[in-house]
Amino acid sequence: MIPVIEVAGLWTQFGDHIVHKDLNLRVMPGEVVSLVGGSGSGKTTLMRQILGLEQPSRGTVKVFGIPLHGSNALMVQKIRKRWGVLFQQGALYSALSVYDNIALPLRELRAFDEDFVHDMVMLKLDMVDIERRHAGKMPSDLSGGMIKRIALARALVLEPELVFLDEPTAGLDPDRSESFVSLIRSLHQKLNLTVVMVTHDLDTLVSLSDKIAVLAEQKLIVYGSLQEAIAVKHPFILNFFLGERGLRALSAVADLGKLMPNGRN
Amino acid sequence: MQPASAPTVLDPQAAAGRTADGAQAAALSGAWDIRALESRAGMLKAQLQLLSADSGRHWDLSGIQRMDHIGALLIWQAWGKCRPGRLALAPRHEVFFSNLDSAAGTAPGVPFDPLGVVRGLGARMLHTQDHLLGMVQLIGQILLDSFSLVRHPLRGPWREISASVFRVGTQALGITALVGFLIGVVLSYLSAEQLKAFGANIFIINLLGMGIIRELGPVIAAVLVAGRSGSAITAQLGVMRVTEELDALSVMGIPHTVRLILPKIVALAIAMPLLILWTSGIALIGGALAANSELGISMVSFMSGLPGAVPTVNIWLAMGKGVVFGALIALVACHFGLRVQPNTESLGAGTTNSVVTSITAVIVADAIFAVIFSDVGISLS
Repeated sequence: MIPVIEVAGLWTQFGDHIVHKDLNLRVMPGEVVSLVGGSGSGKTTLMRQILGLEQPSRGTVKVFGIPLHGSNALMVQKIRKRWGVLFQQGALYSALSVYDNIALPLRELRAFDEDFVHDMVMLKLDMVDIERRHAGKMPSDLSGGMIKRIALARALVLEPELVFLDEPTAGLDPDRSESFVSLIRSLHQKLNLTVVMVTHDLDTLVSLSDKIAVLAEQKLIVYGSLQEAIAVKHPFILNFFLGERGLRALSAVADLGKLMPNGRN
Repeated sequence: MQPASAPTVLDPQAAAGRTADGAQAAALSGAWDIRALESRAGMLKAQLQLLSADSGRHWDLSGIQRMDHIGALLIWQAWGKCRPGRLALAPRHEVFFSNLDSAAGTAPGVPFDPLGVVRGLGARMLHTQDHLLGMVQLIGQILLDSFSLVRHPLRGPWREISASVFRVGTQALGITALVGFLIGVVLSYLSAEQLKAFGANIFIINLLGMGIIRELGPVIAAVLVAGRSGSAITAQLGVMRVTEELDALSVMGIPHTVRLILPKIVALAIAMPLLILWTSGIALIGGALAANSELGISMVSFMSGLPGAVPTVNIWLAMGKGVVFGALIALVACHFGLRVQPNTESLGAGTTNSVVTSITAVIVADAIFAVIFSDVGISLS
């Protein structure tokens, strides 16, 4: 099987400051991978490099087996139709209504008529639990949680195989984050997506990820399951997972897991 | 056929046929996902509609290798937005059709409003009124702040004022000089042609001196500054609104009129008259150069003729205009900057409105000046 994402020997340097030093990462189809790391450890930079928004100083980034930097523009354009990105603030186009925001990628294809686009938009709104009466609203009239859901609907409208989530639950209240997490989980199960996310939220991390990639000291110090990550004795991991907050979150999740053997829902 | 053992994914196909019991059938096969449909959607849709014309047809979708919501929706729309009675569907593709049945409903549209035009007109009037009220409030607040500044002069925002004078004044010297010089040259060339016809060459000094010092210099400098600094002020305040910096100032108890707005108004009121002097001076030099080449009036005689042609009071009038124009531009720019809503579209609209309004305001103020001072400094006694 071709890995969905393959990062090999990646270096990132800003002047004298080295962010990534010989970093390697492979994400296989259907996996949910979480990138964690302290502030300034280069999580967002790595994600932007995988998205082709920034160029690494050295090394290759392959998505769906195709190198992003150095391929011709048409190939990269094709890859870009196969992934969806949820930005931290949603990044909905403020000049367009909710409906037009979701319809935009579909209309750009110029393959489908307006009736099809309408039904597709309604389907995606249903999928992310947004009532249809909000379709005509402008993004500035919406709450943060709704913006995230609509941004997710927009990211999913072209049926991507790969989805990037940048801090999917940041800025949402616990109830909202919980339902957002279960939304992503159910979509992942239904559509067999590959998900790469950057998150600081331990609850989200524990309940969604198959694999955890811990970025510290300019490289991935761990890449594996939660158990494997916790087993590594590194100051960042000790603080992040086994510190006071981490243990609280882990134990809460573990307890619930015991109560409900089928998971949390 | 097992998809795992058939790695080659075929193009989407829809074929008519018959079932074992002789009924009409349609068999769909291949990849019905966005990658395959992107280029074939129109063709396949027509095929499907042809097939679905017969309502009793047996649909066999079990041969489809890959599917997503796009493909499912395309097929489902061809069915007339409901499932056909006889359908064979692979269980793993069931999920794509499961929530389609609810997608048929339409979003509630915007109801037609017969009084829309009247309502819109009224809303615009109220909007204008709101702008005027906001402007009056801003002026009042600035006056109050100025009084407290006079009482406690040491607590004034002097550093901000000097920084603003540098930004709006010093950094604008280049562009105002260039535009002023070119206007002077062009005006001089045009006038020279006309004056030559009457043999009134020497009046080029009166014409240029009066026109540039009294009217053109102030207006050109003001329009340039409105475009350059007015938009910058609006955008700066607007971004501070978007990033909640203005709210941060408020909760710290720092009134933003004192820290942000007053310095800009004072700075523009100081810098504008100086910029006008500079622009008019350069424009006159440009005019004199062109007069020299066209009419043979030397630079020295042009400059020495100027005091006789233009009464000194005109320079004071121009500088007075400068103070008023500068304060107006800053006031309008700050007013629009503070009204920016925290979204990007509003920021763009606010900046545009600010520049248009401040240029209009400058020209209206100039007209008022012209009426009030119509008998000052024009006639040579």
